[in-house]
Amino acid sequence: MAESKRIEIGEVEVEKIIDALNRFHGIDFSGYSRASFTRRIQRIADKDANGTFDSLLNRVSENKEYFSRFLKEVTVNVTEMFRDPSFFASLRKNVLPELNKQQTLQIWHAACSTGEEVYSMAVLLHEASLLERSTILGTDLNPEVLLKAKQGVFSERDFPEYIQNYERSGGKAALSEYYDSSYGNSVFKPFFKDKMTFSEHNLVNDGSFNKFNLIMCRNVLIYFQKPLQARVLHLFKNSLVTGGFLCLGSKESLLFSDDRLAFEVVDAKEKIYRKI
Amino acid sequence: MNLIDLKGIEIIAIGGSVGGIKAVSEILKSLPADFPIPIVIVLHRLRNVTSSIQSVIQHSTALRVKEADEKETITPSCAYIAPANYHLLIEEDRTFALDYSETVKYSRPSIDLTFECIAEIYGKAAIGILLTGANDDGANGLLRMRNAEAKCYVQNPNTAHAKVMPRAAINLGAADFLIHLEEIGPMLKKAVQNRN
Repeated sequence: MAESKRIEIGEVEVEKIIDALNRFHGIDFSGYSRASFTRRIQRIADKDANGTFDSLLNRVSENKEYFSRFLKEVTVNVTEMFRDPSFFASLRKNVLPELNKQQTLQIWHAACSTGEEVYSMAVLLHEASLLERSTILGTDLNPEVLLKAKQGVFSERDFPEYIQNYERSGGKAALSEYYDSSYGNSVFKPFFKDKMTFSEHNLVNDGSFNKFNLIMCRNVLIYFQKPLQARVLHLFKNSLVTGGFLCLGSKESLLFSDDRLAFEVVDAKEKIYRKI
Repeated sequence: MNLIDLKGIEIIAIGGSVGGIKAVSEILKSLPADFPIPIVIVLHRLRNVTSSIQSVIQHSTALRVKEADEKETITPSCAYIAPANYHLLIEEDRTFALDYSETVKYSRPSIDLTFECIAEIYGKAAIGILLTGANDDGANGLLRMRNAEAKCYVQNPNTAHAKVMPRAAINLGAADFLIHLEEIGPMLKKAVQNRN
């Protein structure tokens, strides 16, 4: 087996990588949970056939192209449309009618990766006749995934599952009305993209830049250690208008944050909170 | 004779796929509410539907059964189930970590990933049990556990609901013992009584 040539990524190696990313690129991963982060680096190292750890570390530090690939691989960029349909059903039922009371809507998808949830949300807003008055911001620390999100081009292969999710979320139209198919891709119609802006933002060290009516950040906090989780939740609190909504992933919670008292629970199971 | 020695054992990991809910229920039904070793269960499950695995399994046993929460500390007298659509990892400080990264062998949760974590963190203080299943997830993970000196048990494929998963583990050389499903629970129960 190739097992013998494997670059073993342990605690020491992880700390060296974190240090290099910080020193050479100003990106701080020290608050990331180690089990998952170690596995990401191991995954990258496993693709390096005959490499050594030192050569990997050098490339991460000094080779721009390698670094940008590394950055994309080391963060988790798995996302899908209408993941957890029951969550989107709850948004339709419990949140959109409240948003309908506002003249304009500012919506922030934090750590949006390639944008599948941004488009899911845009579909919901459109169906509730709210898209016209909305500005949707998608941010991520990784410029490459943002380019993809901006294009709104997704693989047609994934759409049977997305359509099923969409219908389970209470979608009444045909999802295919919202995109054009070409060469195995599904390209979202321009009227969705017109409402979207994408920009780089790192939750670890960037601050607040606006007040939002809704912030969506699902399955991101699971990768952070508790102090970083608390910091990010605080940032969200400060970035919401009073009455604004915060949506977390189904296994994430405000429960352990000091800022929980600033929120009321809208849907405990779907992890939807409202700033009071 | 008891094949299972629980001296020094700090965790029991169980993996399965097709037929796994029933198999796990069969094992847990023998265990008392105060069973002193935490159990971590990874079963393949449907994505994007609300499922009742936890309550179905809870129905079979006096032992507390719950879905693992992120950053939850692993404690005795509890059977933890990997939540749907997340990988279940374990940190050095013996807390759970959830991960929504790529599927492994088309599976999320992946039995391999959880078993690998347990191999790294618990080494020989773990027991691995791989049950019925229709793909080969879990075999590599169990081998990693065995290489880390954990005791590894595989359900006898001849009596397993689906044979692919236990066979894959046997073919890799990941099994210390082949056992029949109905033996496991009573053996664990007895082993606890003999523990000290």
